[in-house]
Amino acid sequence: MTDALDRPASVVVLGATSEIARSLVRALRSPALHRLVLAGRPSDERDDVVAEFAAVPVVEVHNLDASDATTHERLLAEVFAAGDVDLVVVAFGVLGDQRAQELDPDLAVAAAQVNYVGALSVSLRSARHLREQGHGVLVVISSVAGERARRSNFVYGSSKAGIDALATGLSYALEGSGARAMVVRPGFVRTRMTAHLPEAPLAVGPDDVAREIVRGLRRRAAVVYAPAALRWVMLGLRHVPRAAFRRLPL
Amino acid sequence: MPVRAEVVRARDIDDVVAAIAGAGPRGILVRGAGRAYGDAAQNAGGTVLDLAALDDVVLHGDCDVEAGAGVLLSTLVPLLLDRGRFLPVTPGTRFVTVGGALAADVHGKNHHVDGSFGDHVRWLDVVTGDGAVRRVVPDGHGVEGRLFDATLGGMGLTGAVVRARFATLPAPSPAVRVDTVRCADLDSLMERMVAADATHRYSVAWVDGTARGAALGRGVLTRGDHAEDSASARSLAPSAARSPWPGPPMPFGVLNRASVRAFNEMWFRRAPRARYDELQTIAEFFYPLDSVGGWNRLYGPRGFLQYQFAVPDEGADVVRSALERFAAARAPSFLSVLKRFGPGRAASPLSFPMEGWTLALDLPTSVPGLAALLDGLDELVLSADGRIYLAKDSRAAPRTVAAGYPGLAAFSSLRDEVDPRRVFTSDLSRRLQL
Repeated sequence: MTDALDRPASVVVLGATSEIARSLVRALRSPALHRLVLAGRPSDERDDVVAEFAAVPVVEVHNLDASDATTHERLLAEVFAAGDVDLVVVAFGVLGDQRAQELDPDLAVAAAQVNYVGALSVSLRSARHLREQGHGVLVVISSVAGERARRSNFVYGSSKAGIDALATGLSYALEGSGARAMVVRPGFVRTRMTAHLPEAPLAVGPDDVAREIVRGLRRRAAVVYAPAALRWVMLGLRHVPRAAFRRLPL
Repeated sequence: MPVRAEVVRARDIDDVVAAIAGAGPRGILVRGAGRAYGDAAQNAGGTVLDLAALDDVVLHGDCDVEAGAGVLLSTLVPLLLDRGRFLPVTPGTRFVTVGGALAADVHGKNHHVDGSFGDHVRWLDVVTGDGAVRRVVPDGHGVEGRLFDATLGGMGLTGAVVRARFATLPAPSPAVRVDTVRCADLDSLMERMVAADATHRYSVAWVDGTARGAALGRGVLTRGDHAEDSASARSLAPSAARSPWPGPPMPFGVLNRASVRAFNEMWFRRAPRARYDELQTIAEFFYPLDSVGGWNRLYGPRGFLQYQFAVPDEGADVVRSALERFAAARAPSFLSVLKRFGPGRAASPLSFPMEGWTLALDLPTSVPGLAALLDGLDELVLSADGRIYLAKDSRAAPRTVAAGYPGLAAFSSLRDEVDPRRVFTSDLSRRLQL
């Protein structure tokens, strides 16, 4: 149970090697945190994350293939059967190479399978369990890339647009259930995923995103931008006429 | 935390038994008047049983009270005063149920003389998770004896108390004869409180939680006894009414560092340096906050929490350290209360009182660094062999509670015996791994 100071006792990370999720767990770490579930593909990186949080009284590690939705039902049933969950973070995602995806649509399909289909699968299932529990928060990491398609990353953006709409819908659907959903829309985040890209304006680090998420959890926000100023930037960008927008160097 | 549960209103014991039999995987919990500060009376996703309909009262010839679990103490007070009696123990609000008073094994200003509520119980009728209705008595044998003890302070996790009989105290008039003394620092306050143990039935100190330096721990000690004659007493009995309408929700808190400091300063100055033999009403003396409907809303929508710990006499330093830390963190405590405890209920694994001191503070949750401050205090309390109060808790770690209540393992094994399916559960028990 999340306590009066908004500290969760149990956190489930789907996409254990996500740098944003890792920063978030660091930010949420407290003596009140009793159980941490880390689900992701087996890797040195995952071992590293597990090692970092080994001091949490109960740490459970699961294999998760985000692109194989047939495995998700069982995984989440197991996770929720083992104890209450205060926070589920849907953190997995792939950026992909836009040019390559345009040339080889199979690559785009594979990315969408993770970013949209996989995220939809775990989000819907988690929401059902949270509703049964009568409490808990589903945090879905979306992206500002989903808010308005851009020339440079619209394949990625389209998958984020899909999961963003799904998570927003869940935030309505969960009203009155005791549980709730929160959509996180980061801008450019300095991580492995973006290391090869030139930095965009208002770029932030994973710790900054984690801080905005924690603030959002405290405010019971349904939508969180990171950095927070992006809310107003995106409000403007959404209304830039098409003719002008496609000429912007975005 | 807002959570969702299904509320079932039981009309009689049969309904309670049926609700337990039909409880789903998220279990069941009885909720009294909802006066616990944390999640003790919440059961997310499960069933919450309301026993308000179990409200009949029998006053026995020997002045014992036999009451349904849903009876409010506010109902009992005027009935008892009419007969020259009073509750054996009363918490700082009369708007709690008999069942709630038992579940938290509440204490009052007379703990150093009379112990906790549980010390006055003749028997309890408990419906356990296996569906059995058991009448359990003090000093009983086997599982029923342990069930009696574990239920007192057991936070509703041992079963549903549906009815109880308990003793009362003589109260020849509806007035309390009160001595009030202002103490300029913590040492003089604590010294006077120890002395008051032997002289007064009731004793409690309000502490200025904002005072620092030489004034640290300054406070106003009030001591009292039921007044013998009622000749001078006006109509002093409080009404049995439910608590007043709390008023509209406040969009923002009005209690901040400056206003809390000003309030504490005023409260301290307003108190007489020393005043003896003042007659106060039961409501004035025992329930000052009950007259301020919705006082909790002064903290605004972010709310506040309570922190209450107990330490043995050898750990009295913890009281000073705690006040120092709060003052240093500039955490504005609107209401800080220091009390003496007599011996606790050793046989009741989760009963809070232990011989020594107890300090309770109200704190707005918006204080920066509050989580770490309280975690640090937990360590201090544990190192002095103290513990924190479950009825007030909303933020402790499971480890803190396990260390403070060494009987927790025995409590769990009793639950295994009488409630193998663990039908009785709460958000508090989930959070603290009870």
